[in-house]
Amino acid sequence: MSTRARLVSLTAPAAVILALLGLWEVAAQWDLLADLLNIRDFLVPAPSEIAQALWEERALLAEDAWVTLREVLAGFALALAAGLGLAVLLHLSETARRALYPLLVASQTIPIIVIAPVLVVWFGFGIVPKLLIIALICFFPITVNAYDGLRSVDPELPKMLRTLGADRRQILVRAELPWAAPFAFSGAKIAIAVAVIGAVFAEWAGSNEGLGHLILVSSGELSTALTFAAIAVLSAIAIALFALLALVERRVVDWREEPSR
Amino acid sequence: MVTKLGAPNQEPLTSSAAASDTPGAPPAPGPAIDIRGLEHRYGELAALAGIDLAVPAGEVVGIVGPSGCGKSTLLEIVAGLREQSEGTVAIGVPRTAPDRLPACALMPQRDLLLPWLSALDNAALAPRIAGARRDRARERAQPLFERLGLAGFESARPGELSGGMRQRVAFLRTLMAGKPVLLLDEPFASLDAITRAQMQSWLAGVLADDAHTVLLVTHDVEEALYLSDRVAVMTPRPGRIAATLEVPSPRAPDRAAAVTSPRFGDLRQRALKLLAGGAS
Repeated sequence: MSTRARLVSLTAPAAVILALLGLWEVAAQWDLLADLLNIRDFLVPAPSEIAQALWEERALLAEDAWVTLREVLAGFALALAAGLGLAVLLHLSETARRALYPLLVASQTIPIIVIAPVLVVWFGFGIVPKLLIIALICFFPITVNAYDGLRSVDPELPKMLRTLGADRRQILVRAELPWAAPFAFSGAKIAIAVAVIGAVFAEWAGSNEGLGHLILVSSGELSTALTFAAIAVLSAIAIALFALLALVERRVVDWREEPSR
Repeated sequence: MVTKLGAPNQEPLTSSAAASDTPGAPPAPGPAIDIRGLEHRYGELAALAGIDLAVPAGEVVGIVGPSGCGKSTLLEIVAGLREQSEGTVAIGVPRTAPDRLPACALMPQRDLLLPWLSALDNAALAPRIAGARRDRARERAQPLFERLGLAGFESARPGELSGGMRQRVAFLRTLMAGKPVLLLDEPFASLDAITRAQMQSWLAGVLADDAHTVLLVTHDVEEALYLSDRVAVMTPRPGRIAATLEVPSPRAPDRAAAVTSPRFGDLRQRALKLLAGGAS
């Protein structure tokens, strides 16, 4: 990409966001939105008021953000371990594939919002139900993508490795897992983006801390500026985690950008 | 970058893992291959119908035949990747497929280099699988890597190599397995004519330095006649050996002169006639 193209690709979305924020600011300051929605004007905070809330409530937001971040990371890690493990199991064992794959798909038809309160009843207000809810959401894209990656391995590769003396485990480690890595990363990137949403569900179902809890409480108290501030932080966390994962992917899967021949 | 071994290398082209037990002695030619009454079916489909073929120790036997005549199946059976439906395959002694696997090194038609490994690490794959540490495996591959004209490309990824270089890395990977029997499945089919001719001379040089028992499958009659001591012509599916041609002086150093000689022309005519006859 040329410098000019790169500049455009960075400034274009920034300009759109700024323009939208500007429109919002004007609409909120002149009470246009509140009139339109027929609600009290303090319920529609301007971006400047949200920024003010972000600054004034920074200690509270940081504390809750840290809680939510921990839940997200732990849940994601759990999903990653379980998802990759299951993908390998499905790949290696025909029996496991037949027995578990339909179950895996079925698990996604159960709405998480419905399970969340039950898990809170079972495991209490601690981190465990949050971890499980986040892991349940993250687990599916990781497993399915990693499994598809393992299935897509060039069938000639295992043959070649067998003639070099490789056993089943070595074929998995030396060829199949690296081959599937880009697929697994795609799944992980989807998972990390939804993990944050999972954390909010989990906190709504039962929690006394975290950004999801803060959103629930602040909107109940009609402190909409703080609600929006919490949403902004939540969104920033999701974007940062996604970017971090994309960065790790570029470092690990470094053979794809080269010309194929 | 990997440490290069200092001394100019003129040692025989066997990997250090190879079968040469006594250093300095002429390389052992390896066991002979003896295939008797070999048949193979994929379900109802007969792929090979009665192959009898012998490769004396240290010789190269070329197999030419039309597409789909079962050449690749034959190599996979000899390599031990498949068990035949009928007949016996002896490598030294008669062996079942699992016992053939450790005796043969198969170079597949496509190079199948692992894109995430460097060229040198691809070449050193066999010692790594055998349990050697990475440095040690690289050290072993390095002298051969240089002999095959790949010096300077140790850390290049396969995606950065030319087709000819990729084939050489794949060949080196096969050689590094240190097996006495080499099975080459259309090793240069994917290359352009000029590169293919260069690679044939190069392979002739490698085999002159270090004899292996080689089964070479190709659909290129000229390639087979230039590289082999004997060329077996196969019929279309189900494959049988239609005839075997003796090649008087294979692997001549001057490839261009060899393949344009009248005698070579006669042999090529006969081979092509056999191939055409099989098709009718």
